[in-house]
Amino acid sequence: MSQKMTRRHLLLGGAATAAVALVKSSFGKTVQIGIPEAALDPTKQVGPLPGVLGTRSPFEHPQRKPSLTSSQTPLQDLYGMITPSDLHFERHHAGVPAIDPHSYELMIHGMVDKPTVFSLADLKRFPSVSRICFVECSGNFRKPDKEDITPQDICGLTSQSEWTGVMLSTLFKEVGVDPKATWFLAEGSDAAVMSRSIPVSKGWEDAMIVYAQNGEAIRPQQGYPARLLLPGWEGNTSIKWLRRIELSDGPFMTREETSKYTEPVKDGKIRQFSFTMDARSIITYPAYPSQLQKGWVEIRGLAWSGRGKVRQVEVSTDAGKTWNAARLQEPVLDKAHTYFRYLWQWNGDTTAIMSRAIDETGYIQPSLEQLITARGPGTGYHLNPVTAWLIKRDGQVVYSPEKWK
Amino acid sequence: MPFWACVAGTVMIACERRSKAMPEHFGYGRPATEKEIAVKAIAIRPDGKGLPAGSGTVQDGAIVYAAKCASCHGGTGVEGPFNVLVAPDTVGAKPFDQSSKRVKAIGNYWPYATTIFDYVRRAMPFNAPGSLSDNEVYSVTAWLLHANKLIGTDAVINAKTLPGIVMPARKYYVTDSRKGGDGPYE
Ligand code: HEC
Repeated sequence: MSQKMTRRHLLLGGAATAAVALVKSSFGKTVQIGIPEAALDPTKQVGPLPGVLGTRSPFEHPQRKPSLTSSQTPLQDLYGMITPSDLHFERHHAGVPAIDPHSYELMIHGMVDKPTVFSLADLKRFPSVSRICFVECSGNFRKPDKEDITPQDICGLTSQSEWTGVMLSTLFKEVGVDPKATWFLAEGSDAAVMSRSIPVSKGWEDAMIVYAQNGEAIRPQQGYPARLLLPGWEGNTSIKWLRRIELSDGPFMTREETSKYTEPVKDGKIRQFSFTMDARSIITYPAYPSQLQKGWVEIRGLAWSGRGKVRQVEVSTDAGKTWNAARLQEPVLDKAHTYFRYLWQWNGDTTAIMSRAIDETGYIQPSLEQLITARGPGTGYHLNPVTAWLIKRDGQVVYSPEKWK
Repeated sequence: MPFWACVAGTVMIACERRSKAMPEHFGYGRPATEKEIAVKAIAIRPDGKGLPAGSGTVQDGAIVYAAKCASCHGGTGVEGPFNVLVAPDTVGAKPFDQSSKRVKAIGNYWPYATTIFDYVRRAMPFNAPGSLSDNEVYSVTAWLLHANKLIGTDAVINAKTLPGIVMPARKYYVTDSRKGGDGPYE
């Protein structure tokens, strides 16, 4: 053969291209997908040769659900504790900034001995640490107003990654934090110049400056080239695109810790600095829009707590009358999504299934009614109620709407 | 201690300690200069620390607001389409915990007036963040405070007067005390 062999020739002999078809995604949205040719018998045609980047199967379409302000993780399409980086939820207040890693700088100043500017290369030279933990937005809740909503709609603002970076305590020692400093401001370099005040104690405890997510550089949507990571705390405090840390002897009272991310509680009070995410769980299968068949069903879902490890997950298949322990998939990590499973036989009767997480402090995930009774109907952030799925006689699984009192 | 000393007893422990120990300082990074700190440290504290020189009036603020804010926040700060900036409360409004509908705005929900300056200077106008001069920020802050019935028409807002304004909602703020454990739910 005198003609130079191209990849295309090798694969297709220079003939056809992939066919295109329209399919319905899990949201009922019609999307266009490419169908590999000769899919009828893959043993009769050589497939694509190795490429520079892997791809999803053209038959799989997990998609985040974007709004003007956020984009939710498709929890119902995932099988494990790690969220693929491109499916990690997004929440930011003025878009994703484009930051050149070569000119990136992090300045640490204020109540420190040595105000210092670190380049990205500097941050990467420090001893590094990896940690798997969730990041959840404290606004991760949707009012239970109708049946046709998915786990993604209800609580898709939580995702989990393996994060790698430097402990903030290492940097605190490097710059010599004044023992009298009690708070620090963390500031991003997005167009919102997002800023939050954080107690210095969290900085010494387990805060990190991370530059890698699931083994590669952080995605721009997650704070490229470096972000703060505060395990177990409301996502907004893990400032992305971190450019500055200012040590201080008091909080700064930024807009994001006064006007927003505060919640009305009992007796007309407004609760501030509600950092920790309480324990929560959700059944991700079976859930809307799945269709159930009589017989054995493996109920699956996620549980997590910002206060430590998940101690137990209990599942009820009789609308909350009785509860049974689910199996937890190892590893069960501190402040991390934990995958749970519970084997159940559905006999075809109408029922409701639900899960509740119990964390190592003994906290039991509450019902929506318990939360509203405790705080009042004006509450908004930090809502982590038990979520029930209604199973109808025909096997249709829908969200079970609840009254907001 | 020579390397071969890491062989037995207490000597080994001492040696291990030394090899595992993290140095207090790695020496990475460069010193931040006073000048770059002054440029970058834009956060304002509730006691007014960080507020720049300059000042603004309600009248000047009305001009800035009409030109650069009203298109998104409405002519009087309540019409939208984006966030309501002027508290639309009527007399006897329910406490926030009793109503999921009551609109939260500067006059009824913000605990510190300094936050207005800090936020507007860093993030507004949304379509041109960081484009206002310090005097424009002081002025539009004055306008917002006046529209929320917190200062008079003749007030001058500057680094001295702004932190002194007592916000009505401040007394309702409490710090989170949730601790986990077996309740009560809060
Ligand atoms: C292009 C539209 C637009 C313009 C113009 C604009 N804003 Fe905004 N403003 C927004 C949006 C959107 C938000 C909400 C941002 C968020 O939640 O992160 C906002 C939020 C605010 C808030 C916080 C409200 C709250 O309750 O927390 C203040 C204060 C504010 N703007 C003041 C101003 C001022 C002053 C100007 C003029 C100098 C201005 N804005 C111009 C769109 C705009």
